[in-house]
Amino acid sequence: MPLPFVRRRALLVGSLATTLAVTLAGCASAGGGGDSEDRFTIVGFAVPEAANDAIIEKFQETPEGEGVEFSGSYGASGDQSRSVLNGADADYVHFSLEGDVTRLVDADLIDADWNAGPTQGIVSSSVAVLVVEEGNPLGITGWDDLTRDDVQVVTADPASSGAARWNILAAYGAQIAAGRSEAEAEQYMVDFFDHVTTWAGSGREATEAFENGLGNVLISYENEAILTRQQGRTYDYIVPESTLLIENPGAILEDANPVAQDWLDFVLSEAGQTEFVRKGFRPVGDVDVDVEVEGANDPSDPFPVPANLLTIADDFGGWSATNEKWFDEGALYEQLRAR
Amino acid sequence: MSSTDTAPVPGSGPGGSPGGTDPRPAPRKGKAPRQLRAADRLGLGSGLGLGLLMLWFSVLVLLPLAAVVVTATEGGWGTFVSVVSEADTRAALVLTVSEALGVAVVNAVVGTVIAWVLVRDDFRGKRLLEVVIDVPFALPTIVAGLVLLSLYGPRSPIGVNVVGTRTGIFLALLFVTLPFVVRTVQPVLAELDAEVEEAAASLGASQFTILRRIIIPSLVPAITAGTSLAFARAISEFGSLVLIAGNKAGETEVASLRILKYIEGDYYEKAAVVAFILLLVSALVIVALDLVSRKVAIRG
Amino acid sequence: MADSRLIRQRRGPVTYALRAAVVVYLFLLVAWPVSLVADRAFRATGTHEGGFGPFVERLTDPATVYAFNLTLTVAIWAVIANTVFGVGISLLLVRYRFVGRRVLSVLVDLPLSVSPVVVGLALVLAYSSTQGWFGGTLETIGLQVIFSTPGLILATAFVSLPLVVREVVPVLEEIGTDAEQAARSLGANGRQVFWRITLPSIKWAVVYGVVLTSARSLGEFGAVKIVSSGAEFRGETATLFVHNHYQAFDEPAAYAAALVLVLISIIALVVVTYLRPKEERA
Repeated sequence: MPLPFVRRRALLVGSLATTLAVTLAGCASAGGGGDSEDRFTIVGFAVPEAANDAIIEKFQETPEGEGVEFSGSYGASGDQSRSVLNGADADYVHFSLEGDVTRLVDADLIDADWNAGPTQGIVSSSVAVLVVEEGNPLGITGWDDLTRDDVQVVTADPASSGAARWNILAAYGAQIAAGRSEAEAEQYMVDFFDHVTTWAGSGREATEAFENGLGNVLISYENEAILTRQQGRTYDYIVPESTLLIENPGAILEDANPVAQDWLDFVLSEAGQTEFVRKGFRPVGDVDVDVEVEGANDPSDPFPVPANLLTIADDFGGWSATNEKWFDEGALYEQLRAR
Repeated sequence: MSSTDTAPVPGSGPGGSPGGTDPRPAPRKGKAPRQLRAADRLGLGSGLGLGLLMLWFSVLVLLPLAAVVVTATEGGWGTFVSVVSEADTRAALVLTVSEALGVAVVNAVVGTVIAWVLVRDDFRGKRLLEVVIDVPFALPTIVAGLVLLSLYGPRSPIGVNVVGTRTGIFLALLFVTLPFVVRTVQPVLAELDAEVEEAAASLGASQFTILRRIIIPSLVPAITAGTSLAFARAISEFGSLVLIAGNKAGETEVASLRILKYIEGDYYEKAAVVAFILLLVSALVIVALDLVSRKVAIRG
Repeated sequence: MADSRLIRQRRGPVTYALRAAVVVYLFLLVAWPVSLVADRAFRATGTHEGGFGPFVERLTDPATVYAFNLTLTVAIWAVIANTVFGVGISLLLVRYRFVGRRVLSVLVDLPLSVSPVVVGLALVLAYSSTQGWFGGTLETIGLQVIFSTPGLILATAFVSLPLVVREVVPVLEEIGTDAEQAARSLGANGRQVFWRITLPSIKWAVVYGVVLTSARSLGEFGAVKIVSSGAEFRGETATLFVHNHYQAFDEPAAYAAALVLVLISIIALVVVTYLRPKEERA
């Protein structure tokens, strides 16, 4: 072969080999393996990523949090809980439902007294709201409107998502609060399910589906509605007269990074809760948070108290009873879906 | 030595999945394997080598796939029936196969036309088309999804939004399967002998007749091969559909997403059953492709 | 290119119509959407700024750098493993005769027709600490596969396994054993024959296969989604990064990373095209 030709080939192979070597060296030195093991890992449900990121920043400004590096994974509450169960690394979990934490307690990954503190393990809270297009073209005022013919509901799927269960219970609870009988409320739920056009995988995916035009009323967390408005979307949201108080648990894992307790304390402190509030969550615990919340219907009075604020504890008899009645295999939810 | 291409390599199954590139089907002349003689039977050193390679292959491929098959079948007919009886799962499988069939058929036609233009026509910028055709091969599937969303999603500059529709699924599948038929037909078309066509023309056959009686029949094996590849790819597709399909159970949820849903819900047996069904369908396609390729080999 | 006699000199309306149809189809399906990625990567959305500065900032963000590093590391290991395996298996399949040779050949091609989700499921069922066949064993020796880097490497290696083999096998068949036998008759041992004769003769097929394997490995999404926790700085590859950020209302970051992946893919295509005509010259 002519010499120049050989030289050109050699050049190509040489440059490919060099690139390979350099990148390999680059990866090794960039701390691909070593560092990341020390990172404080948060596994959370889909919606509070922005809030947790903000709290992380503030935490890193404190003496306890200085120099601590974080890593976060967010997704549907149930799915995230199961992935930790199956071996995914976590130091702190922040789920939508108590049941998702309990699952890990049962597997000895979380101490049984995780909810013995002043807030019973709750770190963030919100209410269920109805999100609609700008200007509320359908004139939605409450849960009863959702069974109208022109309404297409988007909500999350209870199989994977925590948000979904809050939404369903809120809808049902509102019926009871309005004085209807159990049978009537159940019939409403059947109609309600008929009007759900999209069952999304998580609270965030439900928001995405709504954004993509799949459905015209989204049932979501108040904080998610506020966050989307902070992100520039022009949706409107309605806080129904009767709705459910959403309480999200947070817990530290058994063999977590030692800074975990400091982190949890910070999350529950006024500074931590302020960040939650800034992202649209309602404050938890005995803190006094007074900031304007951009994106809320009224930024200076962002969290109106509904006429009927239902809670799982008071109106549904606690989560164990609720799960048994509603979400166990063959229980009420499945029965009503099947009708 | 000319390494121009005649046909897809036999026994090499449906190719090119998410991101894979094989624009140049390898040369194959159907030579008798002269080099295999009795002396080349496996000796000790090579036996050890074979052992190590098989260990890696088992750890990587065989054991995991066996785990799927076993998990799928250990429940016996019971599990199988209970999974298939779920309306949403049935819908997912039907949707997946029907969309894949549709896309395969479209590709059979469009791919051949594109190959025709690439081979029989000559114009400035044709080289660019070649690169464009290969892009879906090399692109990560999630990026393919994002790419299509840019033009056909909620914030589309032309106001077209196919998210959550079967059209969206079809579009995504068209995107990822674009190169398959083109790349299997192109080399065959390029190799066609001019003499036969000229002889036919001199005997008075119209262009259309030449196309119908001479060209298309010689292309059929290549078209079939490419279509099988496209079909196998389409039923397996995942990444590009995650963002576009809307994944509404019972309507726009494809099999691969159904499997994911089962996995995330810890329903491993059900996931394995659906996966097994997909594997069976793929296996059928591999066998079909192998047979077609052998027919091509006989033709020489 | 076809025989030049077949490229009709007379350009009829059908020719132009077909040409136009093909160009329009490719433009609407591929070219235009891909170009929009570049547009979106620089556009402002919601609270995220647009423009070149923020674009660079997003790409140099530690989480982004980590994601690409992880992808690269995993891809390199997968490429190395599959190249060694690929050359070895090709030699085995072409040069030797043994029971089940044809079956092995078909099995090696299997990964190309398996859905990425099924790949992920398969690896979980085999190696997950809670669900897998070997979970208990792995936990005892302290090796975590699923939700850790080894799992990512396995998933990536799985999907790109056949690519080197498919390139090398035909070349090995084509060139025959003449040179090798000549060398052996002159006294060269097995190792010398391999390194001095065999390997150089398949060099370009191997390089071609490596480029294909690299492109495939960099782009894997479905399988890694299942075997990885997807947590940033721990298991978030470039493709997962794109997905996660898109879901977190951070479109510019998702499109920025996507743009990088698009550019890498196109570069891989160009390299492959550069190598191809050289083959035909040989």
